Amino acid sequence: MIRIAAETPWYDLFSRGARDWLRHNQKVREAVKNTLPEILSGEDLMTGDSKNRTVMVPVKFLEHSRFRLADPSSQQGAGQGQGQPGDVLQPGRDKGDAQSQSGGTENGEIRFVVEMKLEEIIDWIWEELKLPDLKPKRTATMDEPDYVREGWDRRGARSRLDRRRTMKEAVKRRSIQENPVPIINEDLRFRQLVKRATPSMNAAVIFALDVSGSMDEAQRKLAKQFFFFALQGIRRQYSKVDTVFLAHAAQAWEFDESQFFQASSSGGTVSSCAFQLALDVVKNRYDPSRYNVYFFYASDGENAAEDREPAAAALRLLAAQTNYSGYVETGGVATFRPRETQVAEVFGEMKGAGLPVGMSQLSSQDDVWRAIREFFKETEKTD
Amino acid sequence: MTELEQYAASIEELAKRLGLDYYNVDFEVAPASLMTEIAVYGLPVRMPHWSFGVRYIHQLVRQSMGHSKIFEVMFPGDPCRAFLMDGNSLAENTLVTAHVLGHADFSKNNQLFARFHEMAGGNIVEHAAAHAHRIQQAIDKVGMEKVESVLDAALALESHVDVDGDLHRTRYPEYVPEKVAAPESAFQRRFRDLPGAAEAAKADPGRVRAPVPPHPEFDLLWFIAHYAPELEQWERDIFLMVRSESLYFYPVFACQIMNEGWASYWHARLLREADFLPQNLYLSAIKAHSDVVRPYAAGQQTALAINPYHLGFTLWEHIIDTHGLARAREVMRDEDDFGFIRNFLDRELAEKLELFVFEATSGDEIKVANRDVNAIREAILAPKFNYGAPRVAVTEMHNDGSLVLAHEHKSDGRGLDVNRAKRVLEYTKRVWRRPVKLATVNDRGEPAELTA
Repeated sequence: MIRIAAETPWYDLFSRGARDWLRHNQKVREAVKNTLPEILSGEDLMTGDSKNRTVMVPVKFLEHSRFRLADPSSQQGAGQGQGQPGDVLQPGRDKGDAQSQSGGTENGEIRFVVEMKLEEIIDWIWEELKLPDLKPKRTATMDEPDYVREGWDRRGARSRLDRRRTMKEAVKRRSIQENPVPIINEDLRFRQLVKRATPSMNAAVIFALDVSGSMDEAQRKLAKQFFFFALQGIRRQYSKVDTVFLAHAAQAWEFDESQFFQASSSGGTVSSCAFQLALDVVKNRYDPSRYNVYFFYASDGENAAEDREPAAAALRLLAAQTNYSGYVETGGVATFRPRETQVAEVFGEMKGAGLPVGMSQLSSQDDVWRAIREFFKETEKTD
Repeated sequence: MTELEQYAASIEELAKRLGLDYYNVDFEVAPASLMTEIAVYGLPVRMPHWSFGVRYIHQLVRQSMGHSKIFEVMFPGDPCRAFLMDGNSLAENTLVTAHVLGHADFSKNNQLFARFHEMAGGNIVEHAAAHAHRIQQAIDKVGMEKVESVLDAALALESHVDVDGDLHRTRYPEYVPEKVAAPESAFQRRFRDLPGAAEAAKADPGRVRAPVPPHPEFDLLWFIAHYAPELEQWERDIFLMVRSESLYFYPVFACQIMNEGWASYWHARLLREADFLPQNLYLSAIKAHSDVVRPYAAGQQTALAINPYHLGFTLWEHIIDTHGLARAREVMRDEDDFGFIRNFLDRELAEKLELFVFEATSGDEIKVANRDVNAIREAILAPKFNYGAPRVAVTEMHNDGSLVLAHEHKSDGRGLDVNRAKRVLEYTKRVWRRPVKLATVNDRGEPAELTA
């Protein structure tokens, strides 16, 4: 028997395919986050407004894997049509050809782009790494004292009349009077202003980078990634963040962000000049009593031997004036390090002396997260 | 009565006269969107999983490029459930009705379908919808992430079921009788009889705890469902649901060429003998027929895939012409694609169909390799062995609960794709909750062990 139903859908007619597709995209977003350091370090994202920035991230479909045989050196199959054994049905690609095509989509693979808000990404990272929020320095980090509303008075300027409170008073009075008048002068209540000092929410972040010949492209990239995320973490906490970029070899200069990572110099390495310049910047522009100052220094750690003492002295001064000073030592995996570098030694001593400093090693991409985590955990402790 | 219903009734009468024997068929006219989803999920309502979302987008892209049009989907059962696309013309739907009767006849009489029908009952569409509902309940209870990770594992192992086994399978026996010791040799007897040696206390003869698994176990879904150390009830449920759907899909998979060929033969024959159809309707239906059963895409001379409709149709026509319908029905009852292709695709037919074996090298060059009929048969059947999946079995379960899998690379001819296999092991480990190991070979044929 054949029955042909006049439309009686017993199932819900919603798109299961679309539902699962959305779920896939959600998973893609999560997967994308794992490759973020690389994606984000490609652009100059540090200065300027990061609130509304978005990054476009190219992604592939996720694959739900199954057991499959390894690809054979040649694949066989059954086909249908004319042709003799040995006939070529589809010519192989030239090597040159293959290269020019490699930018496009291979094998008709569908790719798509997700747009992610920078702010969202950073929030996610903080959540994911369970990083603490930074706390402003409590000691002497007061802004200009400011007026805040506090309490009430029967007298005051008209502009500060609190209508709601005044009406309450009037209602109370009328409820016990025999022939109440709507409002009398005694009902009036005015808001009071009081001078109060609030903790400063301004921060200054000074980045110093060793650009001497021994710092190669890869090391700078690592430093840049670390700087970027450190800055984002600080931005999360403070309403106003100033950035200063210092580069040094045998001498130190101030740059803006775009030039900063391109700067290079073939001279020797004298770290103390960068610390000295940072001290000047703090002294002239960022009074430690009004700013939360953070100082980050990236270097491969090699410094001129005779510069050890001046560098240590300048660093100690800096550490006393900053909320935190961080040192990241970059070095490829191949770099052979028989001992602690000079800069690492200096930071080690300062840390031992209880100053708010920290350091970490960056030798590969994966270290960036670890270093960021260490840094923010440290600042929580030193607070 | 609509026009389609009138034609359907007459076609049915004709089909009965020609000896077709089937359970009732319930037709439903469905919108294109539902047809697309049936193609993606395999069933009208099925469990949610993100991997279906990917297939869904691929299917939409294929459809938008005109590579794929779905006329009809039919679910064997009692009654059979068939879905017609509401955008089909009357001629197309008439053709599809006849086609579905061919499938209905096939699925009632083919032994493989009949066995699964007997095990699982004839209501897969409702069963699958109930499964989807239960999984939704699990999601509401334990959350999406947890359910998803179970589905990741279960669906990845979807094809790893024992298709010769039963749907409802009991656990291995806990104990096995102890092996009887081999009879003593004359020397042993004399040695035992030497004076001075104390009589060894004879252990109780009887039963010993059976090893798990007692033999390499290829039904991975079943094994994990029953022997995973800390599986929760809802997780076991999911594994068994995926397994029962997988077993349901097996006959469709294993008989695709026969089944589509049989349905194509019958829609062609029923339409040819349906003198009640108006001439122009018949012509457009036959036009649709030739679109379905053509070997290669319009305007092309070769195809790198075999159209199962065309191959099956040609084989059945040949069998019925040479051996008669009664013999054809026997073949339909007894064979699956393996027997069908090996027994009935002979050299003559392979030549007539211009079948060949092609070879694709790593440089993407594709060549005609040969036209040897044995090689052709094996090339057609190669993707169908072991439900299309590599032969992977559980060989051992260690005392600490870790799971040891082995890939039968000898029968598969080469090792596994390492990255994919590793990910599958990771999915599996999340459910198994103990280390999972897999032995296979690398591309040089040396033993390789993957762990998760």
